[in-house]
Amino acid sequence: MIRVEHLTKNYGPRVAVADITFDVGQGEVLGFLGPNGAGKTTTMRILTGYLPPSGGRAEVEGFDVATQSLQARAKIGYLPETVPLYSDMSVRSYLDFMGKIKAVKDRRREVDRAMEKARIANRAGDQIGKLSKGLRQRVGLAQALLGDPPVLILDEPTSGLDPKQIIEVRHLIKSLGGEHTVILSTHILPEVAATCSRIVIISNGRVVAEDTPENLDRRLKGAESIALTVRGPRDQVTKVLKGVPHVTSVLADADGMAPANGLGSFTVQSAVGADIREALASAVVSGGFGLMELKPAHLSLEEIFLQLTTNDTAEEES
Amino acid sequence: MRNVWAVAQRELRSYFLSPLAYVVIALFLALSGYLFALILSSGREASLRGLVQNVSVLYLFIIPAISMRLLSEEQHTGTVELLLTNPVQEWEIVTGKFLASIMLVLVMLGFTLLFPAFLFIFGSPDRGPMITGYVGIILQAAAFLSIGLWASSLTKNQIVAYIVSFAVLLVFWLSDNLGQFLGGTIGQIVSYTSVNSHFQSFPQGVIQSNDVIYYLTLVIAGIVLSTLSLQSRRYR
Repeated sequence: MIRVEHLTKNYGPRVAVADITFDVGQGEVLGFLGPNGAGKTTTMRILTGYLPPSGGRAEVEGFDVATQSLQARAKIGYLPETVPLYSDMSVRSYLDFMGKIKAVKDRRREVDRAMEKARIANRAGDQIGKLSKGLRQRVGLAQALLGDPPVLILDEPTSGLDPKQIIEVRHLIKSLGGEHTVILSTHILPEVAATCSRIVIISNGRVVAEDTPENLDRRLKGAESIALTVRGPRDQVTKVLKGVPHVTSVLADADGMAPANGLGSFTVQSAVGADIREALASAVVSGGFGLMELKPAHLSLEEIFLQLTTNDTAEEES
Repeated sequence: MRNVWAVAQRELRSYFLSPLAYVVIALFLALSGYLFALILSSGREASLRGLVQNVSVLYLFIIPAISMRLLSEEQHTGTVELLLTNPVQEWEIVTGKFLASIMLVLVMLGFTLLFPAFLFIFGSPDRGPMITGYVGIILQAAAFLSIGLWASSLTKNQIVAYIVSFAVLLVFWLSDNLGQFLGGTIGQIVSYTSVNSHFQSFPQGVIQSNDVIYYLTLVIAGIVLSTLSLQSRRYR
């Protein structure tokens, strides 16, 4: 359980986090999404007790992070953004040291378990300074998992990993949900879609959206849109498409690509709930044009994200 | 206390995993051996007084090298964030670091026991002043380390930490001269802060409580200031 209420953090006159409120339920995996410098790391540092909030409050497992910092910290496994490790130590002795500090019971077995889970067990004796970036990230992750804390706070856990490792880490994080309450920050969108049950998008220190990945998708689209590729003169095709019932707008060359071989791409928007795919197909065919492709167009999370975070700055500037 | 010990153990191990500890110990032993031989051959007196009185000069250069990395490295690599987001408090880190560094110095001074051993083999030295002399140089090392620890809490850069602690130690080292130069009450106060004036009686075989209190005050001040300096991130 994590509860964040009206959290604010100023660095001098600069506002890093402005009045953030959100909850993370037991066993939930929350994606904390935002461009670089949005306030993700600051929020996480407040939750982990490293920085005090300037205003508002935050609770981890019922402990206030400012006034009951030690108790709250004992409930958290934290992977900071720049995985800080003692490079002169071996993986095992590093984890053993962290285990001591976390007051982990049955330390030897617990270190083994964490290494197993983060898939670093085969490098237990290696000196950390000689490990690759990906392996260090896993050592950091093993450190966060030590003692099986109820809350995990992971700041960009997949940064610097290769695609195969990214997939492995995402699987690991997904498997941690249910048992652990997880907050995961990232600026990479597919990551949250792949791992999180809920997303909080922040920009300039403010929450701009909070929902499940699916709902966010739906909410922001507001309309069904369908992408077509048709062979034929653009003006005439547009006219025919506009004639189909329920169609609200037609965009030619919506994907910004130049038409080749007489092909044109179109994006048709229609009222929500109306399935007009069949009508569109028959309209195109009976108009004498060649229908090459017809598919529902999803506004990807990427586009939603951009829309949200850039709108926000536009509003602020105006 | 468990955290203090964990930090101290890790730090001590880290000292001996890097070449620093060996280089510093070797340098100290070479210089103090040279001093010992020089003083012994010129004075022909079976005592450690001459050596002990000059150890503080070696400390000026050696101690900052031991203390410079203690907190600056943790801040440089970000491991301090790791420690402080676990159930560890600032004073526990600082105290652990201090203990590790004083243990390194004890190892270093342990090797110098060879010098009195020689004296006992070839002469019959007075035992009392030797023991109090060692108490004195251990206390002095503790005070210097504590100041060095504070210097390393101020910066991420070890070189800067070295220079700051060297400069501060130099002030404490020179302050009795400065006090004599100033004269009057102010001069007396300045002289009182001198590490040297508080050291005079140890090699004579006398341990004065005000000297011990002076050194312990420096130790505690260093630890408290380092703790505050680590905590200061909260107000920035």
